[in-house]
Amino acid sequence: MFDVLSERLERLSVSLRSRARLSDSDLDAALVSVRDALLDADVALVVVDAFLSAVRERVRGEALTHSLSPGQQVIRAVHEQLIEVLGATPLKITYSAKPPTVVLLAGLQGAGKTTTAAKLALWFKQQGRQPYLVAADLQRPAAVEQLRVLARSAGVDVFSEATSPVEVARRGLQEAQRLGRDVVIIDTAGRLSIDEALMAEARAIAAATSPDFTFLVIDAVTGQDAVHTARSFHDALTLSGLIVTKLDYDARGGAVLSARGVVGRPVVFASTGERLGDFDLFYPERMASRILGMGDVLSLIEQAERTMDSAVVAESADRMMSGTFTLDDFLAQLGQVRKMGSLGGLMKLMPGVTKEMRAAANNVDEGDLNRVEAIVRSMTPGERRNPSIIDGSRRTRIARGSATSVSAVNQLLKQFSEMRKMMRQMGSAPTPGGRAGALAALGGRAAPGAPGLRELRELRSGVGASGPLGSVTRPAAPLSAPTRSGKKKKKGGRVTPPKQR
Amino acid sequence: MTTLVVVALVVVVAVVATLIVRGRRSTRGAPVAPPRAAAPELLVSETAPLPDLTRVNVRDRLGNSRGLFDRLRTLSPGTINEDDARAVEEVLLRSDVGRETTAVALEQLRRRGAPEGIVSALREILLAGFVTDRALTTAAGPGRVPVWLFVGVNGVGKTTTIGKVAHFQRAAGRKVLLAAGDTFRAAAADQLEQWATRTGSDIVRAGEGADPGSVVHDAIGRAHARAFDLVLADTAGRRANSANLLDELAKVRRVADREPGQVVETLLVIDGTTGQNALSQVREFHQAAHVSGIVLTKLDGTARGGIAVALEREFALPVKLVGLGEGVDDLVAFDPQEFVDALLGA
Repeated sequence: MFDVLSERLERLSVSLRSRARLSDSDLDAALVSVRDALLDADVALVVVDAFLSAVRERVRGEALTHSLSPGQQVIRAVHEQLIEVLGATPLKITYSAKPPTVVLLAGLQGAGKTTTAAKLALWFKQQGRQPYLVAADLQRPAAVEQLRVLARSAGVDVFSEATSPVEVARRGLQEAQRLGRDVVIIDTAGRLSIDEALMAEARAIAAATSPDFTFLVIDAVTGQDAVHTARSFHDALTLSGLIVTKLDYDARGGAVLSARGVVGRPVVFASTGERLGDFDLFYPERMASRILGMGDVLSLIEQAERTMDSAVVAESADRMMSGTFTLDDFLAQLGQVRKMGSLGGLMKLMPGVTKEMRAAANNVDEGDLNRVEAIVRSMTPGERRNPSIIDGSRRTRIARGSATSVSAVNQLLKQFSEMRKMMRQMGSAPTPGGRAGALAALGGRAAPGAPGLRELRELRSGVGASGPLGSVTRPAAPLSAPTRSGKKKKKGGRVTPPKQR
Repeated sequence: MTTLVVVALVVVVAVVATLIVRGRRSTRGAPVAPPRAAAPELLVSETAPLPDLTRVNVRDRLGNSRGLFDRLRTLSPGTINEDDARAVEEVLLRSDVGRETTAVALEQLRRRGAPEGIVSALREILLAGFVTDRALTTAAGPGRVPVWLFVGVNGVGKTTTIGKVAHFQRAAGRKVLLAAGDTFRAAAADQLEQWATRTGSDIVRAGEGADPGSVVHDAIGRAHARAFDLVLADTAGRRANSANLLDELAKVRRVADREPGQVVETLLVIDGTTGQNALSQVREFHQAAHVSGIVLTKLDGTARGGIAVALEREFALPVKLVGLGEGVDDLVAFDPQEFVDALLGA
């Protein structure tokens, strides 16, 4: 776990602080921890070793800066190197001048090719294209049927017939031309790289359809074998890129780095869930953070921007800062948060969130959110504006109205008042770094030097790749998880008023 | 308790959102990053050459690795020097044995030395970590229907494994009923039905999105009424880090274990190419469904399945079956000795 990595490096740092630069032996000691972290993330050993020597080059000779401890500096180098390797030579999806653009998917069994095919079709559709799916997996029982069902919910047509995979691919392509579709996605059977017959068949399909893009679908939970798989498929099919699946698992996904490392082809798409929409372009910074076990502020921001209604948020934001936040505002915020998706997913993106907190968030389901909402909705407008008037009999009424218990109402009210207290403190903090600092405190990072919003935004537009380190390298004193002792969590006193920068 | 969590989470997210909106206001006029959904161009088109470390070095190393096992075998007997240790470490790590288990094995190796040769010494050390009992139970209490429940994450080969198990149970003369409890994945029941036809088993299925518990319940009722010898129950693949999905699984298991059913085996199917995430899969599934054994699939590829060593050592859960290919006969009993020999290239 990254927490361990950062902790160990921090401890190491103490003894190094006085020096101007890292000696080779200091660096060796630091890199041992990094190696462990990478191996725990399932990065293939060969790639780990090669990667570490590159990091060594990067760090060596670099003068130590005052703002970062030596340990932090090492992590920064590792992080930057990861981004560089993961993000080098990005692939731009272009469309063939002579449609259709042909996309071929290959991979081991169970990597998620069929689901990915449907997700990819939906993605192209959202880009304004007219995709067409070709089901050439005649191997696995019911694979064609699976693709049909998925394609139906994506609103995309599927071609298949019971001939041979090569024939299906060829005829599917013709059919797409006839129908005037401009993107054809071919799903092939899962195969082992050492199965010569099947690999030859994959080559034959590629030869018959001359794909514009050939993607290897690779599973994020894959172990050391990722290098073999990627290499063999690349040798056979000349991949244009990789698609990584099952990123919603709690695996760290080192396989991505392994595969990337041996074929030198970029990761283009990432699949993050079971629904068809859980699919997006791949962002190296996020993967780098993930391999090291760090949160992903950027995704969070982006998700918020995409789904939140800024007018609603802005309105209650003012009140939030001035400490006059009401339960009505809370209700509005709750609605916004629900739009963003599962809390568990969101928590995964927050930096410095403890495992317990994450587990707790994972366990919060619609029902819990509904209950909280029901409690607030069972209050009168007057009560929502001023919860202090809620006495015992009102509590009983609210509990009955929301089909919950008095103690649930009590908990909510208590939590709400603590949260309000905390917000008031944040509101009085100086702007704008102050707010960011308060966020930092919230997010569990030590306040001084935490990245302000502006920095985050720069990051997002890809300016400062090194930025997230600010957030990352600080020892996580996270959101003291409210799993059991939730009450302690939001104590106003916990939020140290952020220091000025 | 969860209300506390909800409130806390909502606040955290709301605060983040607030900051974002604030930030947007204060940067008005400044160029805003282009909307993401619009174009794949966001993957910057300027290309930096890939650092050759990963390409050149790795290729070289891969080329050399072929001789690695030979090297291991020829290492001199007696005490362990650093080169030996490194070679051992490399073999274990690259087989997905995992860092921790590898470190433990190395430590033991160093302590005891290897007078009989490194491979034999290592073989002994690794074998000591395996559990001894890996028998499969097919008998339930009197009047009850034995149920084997198959669980695991997505894409590990649960349905295929059931097909193969049905095949060998049929060959053993048992009357087998399949329960299509994967009501989530599109066409999973179709896939299982084809296996039922192929193996001459019966199947109970329901529509997509049906309650998996009810499917299993129906299957047990039918098996009881028509004197089937064994029910093999499929479940939907699920990630191991979602408590809700695991709760659902726990419920399926409870249903299956209710009279006249009796769960005699809960087999966790794990993909042989899986890395360290397998540990968390076992941990979570065991908690939810009391796993009685592990099925390691897809060991016919280049993956070495070393994760089995770590799993048995850490959880004392036996690997009961291994999948060695796509053929219907390619599911066999796990033999630790053969496995370790293959692992060490002996």
